[in-house]
Amino acid sequence: MTPLTGCLLVSSLLFAVGLAGALTRRNTILVLVGIELMLNAANLNFVAFWRFGHHAGPSTGVIFGLFSIGVAAAEAAVGLALILAVYRHAKTTDLSQLTGRPQ
Amino acid sequence: MSAAFLILAVVTLVGACAAMMLRGLVHCALALAVAFAGIGTLYLSLGAQFLGLAQLLVYVGAIAVLIVFVILLTRGGDSDSPPLAPAALPITGILVAMALFAVLAWAVLHSFAMHPSGQPASPVTVRQLGTDLMAGYVFPLEVIGLMLTAALIGAVIVAMKEKQGTQ
Repeated sequence: MTPLTGCLLVSSLLFAVGLAGALTRRNTILVLVGIELMLNAANLNFVAFWRFGHHAGPSTGVIFGLFSIGVAAAEAAVGLALILAVYRHAKTTDLSQLTGRPQ
Repeated sequence: MSAAFLILAVVTLVGACAAMMLRGLVHCALALAVAFAGIGTLYLSLGAQFLGLAQLLVYVGAIAVLIVFVILLTRGGDSDSPPLAPAALPITGILVAMALFAVLAWAVLHSFAMHPSGQPASPVTVRQLGTDLMAGYVFPLEVIGLMLTAALIGAVIVAMKEKQGTQ
């Protein structure tokens, strides 16, 4: 198994864990945490392909990863602010109570 | 495939699984910090030093703490919601995630692009990164600065407490 294959397997496992969490947890904060894990898995792919890929430039993967981290930080800030606003409105962060679906 | 890579991968995956499976929300946030730190050290071991340290600063230092703040502000730490009944275990989401992992792993293991390609890329220095950011990538840098400013102002406005009577 080459190092690139190992990195990609780790990142796909991380993505699957994040997806499972985002689909199954009922708390909005934990859904956001799952999305953050999926973003990190994609970031790990950028670095792995930069390190072991065929035609990578000298610093392309690192710069792509940096921009990705910046976008993820903005996304987390806006998402958590939205969760706070929803909590202030509905007094709960439980998704099944927010959608009114008895589950 | 070195032993250090395996250890870091196991720590990261265990942290991620714990962040998604633990009951208490604060425990989830702390396990998430462990997973983020594991990813940062994976970047370090892959030769991307600046990215690894940026990951530690941004994710472990800022986002994990922000998540803990929101958990405490929404009073989720005292776990007032009843724990999930075993009969109501959401099996569909887990099945979907496992199927996705199976597809991804099959694609990774059977792709022709996975053959080793000679020398791995040499670690990039911070000096070269700074030169690239200020020369070739200056327009994306400005755009992301503008986007971060807009996102932070938007987050403050969304989370700001509304006054009585003003809608």
